[in-house]
Amino acid sequence: MHAINYESPKTIDEAVKLLAAHGEKARPLSGGTDLLIQLRAGTRRPDFVVDIKHIADLCKISFSAQHGLSLGAAVPCLEIHENPHLRRHYPGLTEAAHLIGSLQIQSRATVGGNLCNGSPAADTTPALIALGAMARIAGPGGERTVPVEGFCLSPGRTVLKPGELLVEFQIPAPAKYSSDAYLRFIPRNEMDIAVVGVGVALTLDPANDHVVAARIALGAVGPTPIFATQAVQALVGKKLDDAAIANAGTLAIAAATPIDDMRGTAEYRRHVVGVLTRRALAIAATRAKASA
Amino acid sequence: MVHKVIVETTINGDPVELLCEPRQSLLEVLRDELDLTGSKEGCLTGDCGACTVIVDGRAVCSCLMLGAEAAGKHITTVEGLANGATLHVLQQKFLEHASLQCGICTPGFLMSAKALLDHNPNPTEGEIRYALAGNLCRCTGYDKIVKAVVDAARHGVGASQHGKVPTESTAEVTRDILEREKR
Ligand code: FES
Ligand code: FES
Repeated sequence: MHAINYESPKTIDEAVKLLAAHGEKARPLSGGTDLLIQLRAGTRRPDFVVDIKHIADLCKISFSAQHGLSLGAAVPCLEIHENPHLRRHYPGLTEAAHLIGSLQIQSRATVGGNLCNGSPAADTTPALIALGAMARIAGPGGERTVPVEGFCLSPGRTVLKPGELLVEFQIPAPAKYSSDAYLRFIPRNEMDIAVVGVGVALTLDPANDHVVAARIALGAVGPTPIFATQAVQALVGKKLDDAAIANAGTLAIAAATPIDDMRGTAEYRRHVVGVLTRRALAIAATRAKASA
Repeated sequence: MVHKVIVETTINGDPVELLCEPRQSLLEVLRDELDLTGSKEGCLTGDCGACTVIVDGRAVCSCLMLGAEAAGKHITTVEGLANGATLHVLQQKFLEHASLQCGICTPGFLMSAKALLDHNPNPTEGEIRYALAGNLCRCTGYDKIVKAVVDAARHGVGASQHGKVPTESTAEVTRDILEREKR
């Protein structure tokens, strides 16, 4: 690994100053489970590594049934999975956090890092998009908020400009009769990169099973995670029966733009998008009904 | 110009102050600076678990953490398991069940298993297999390793307790295993 400088600011301001001063030469360090590998491989060569885990705000989970969830960008996945409120109200997100690598990886890896790394196959990103998460970004010019579906630009590239730091995710309070689910397909039981990942969130009308709100997001089937808006529009206002679920699956397939690679062919991935979308919708619906 | 960093940390219960280069991983710091060579280098990509140590109660890959990040943390390495010549129950059970051959994966498996049992003293076999999924072994086959952990749990290794006083033969094996972990 090439020589680096290590900084561990205590505040967002300090971190932004450091990141702004060193521009492209600086890289934030969250869990490090991607960054250290990239440093060793030489695929990223920052001179300054800015450890953001000493900034209290970035390591915080705050949840209230009224205001929803603020999830610090540097909270490790295992802490998310172990949080009883998150497991209850955002089971799809905790599921996704618990699918990343081994326990050793989950002890360090963070949802913020997963997003900023910019991999199209990031497991937590479709789960965040499904929940309607907003990414709060601090920068030299002040703060801005970006919907997570607009965060990734291409593999490894995000909307973050030099000097900017992802601070937290703001996730809306769970509506009544709502829930989420994340499913991932890999060819083995554990410890692999998604061939396809699908995150779904649903709000139902308990009187007639009609869909009040829905969001569907796809991972590993395009250069960035995909927000499947047409599949969502087709669901809202309809009764969530088998035909509606099948139709949403078909429209999700239409939103996918996969490629052939060693993990699967494009055709196979499209097929799996349909299967996982239908299954995730059914799981989220069951959970939404049980949530009341 | 790269500045070295001073890191104050706690390793196996002892306060340690060390100077390291920011690019050094915790694994390199343990092995090359502190001569704690029990933690092994396998893949350096987080895939094999041979470098597993416990940081503030959680199993982590020490190859994916900078030494500088150890500041203020409590770190347990495989060297912290045995109490003098008395093996930790997990080490004892690994011997009894022949859960190691070349031994390079063993320190990592022991630390993952310890992190599990510290959190969950009565895991199911499924939970044990899940907790060990980040550790690879090329020689032994996983069944013997899982059996050792099942047995250790059955013998009530709650949080960081140690086994009984060893018999003479155990003490010899202890020396053996400690020697092996050094290499
Ligand atoms: S050496 Fe760290 S996981 Fe393999
Ligand atoms: S005993 Fe040789 S790798 Fe496990």
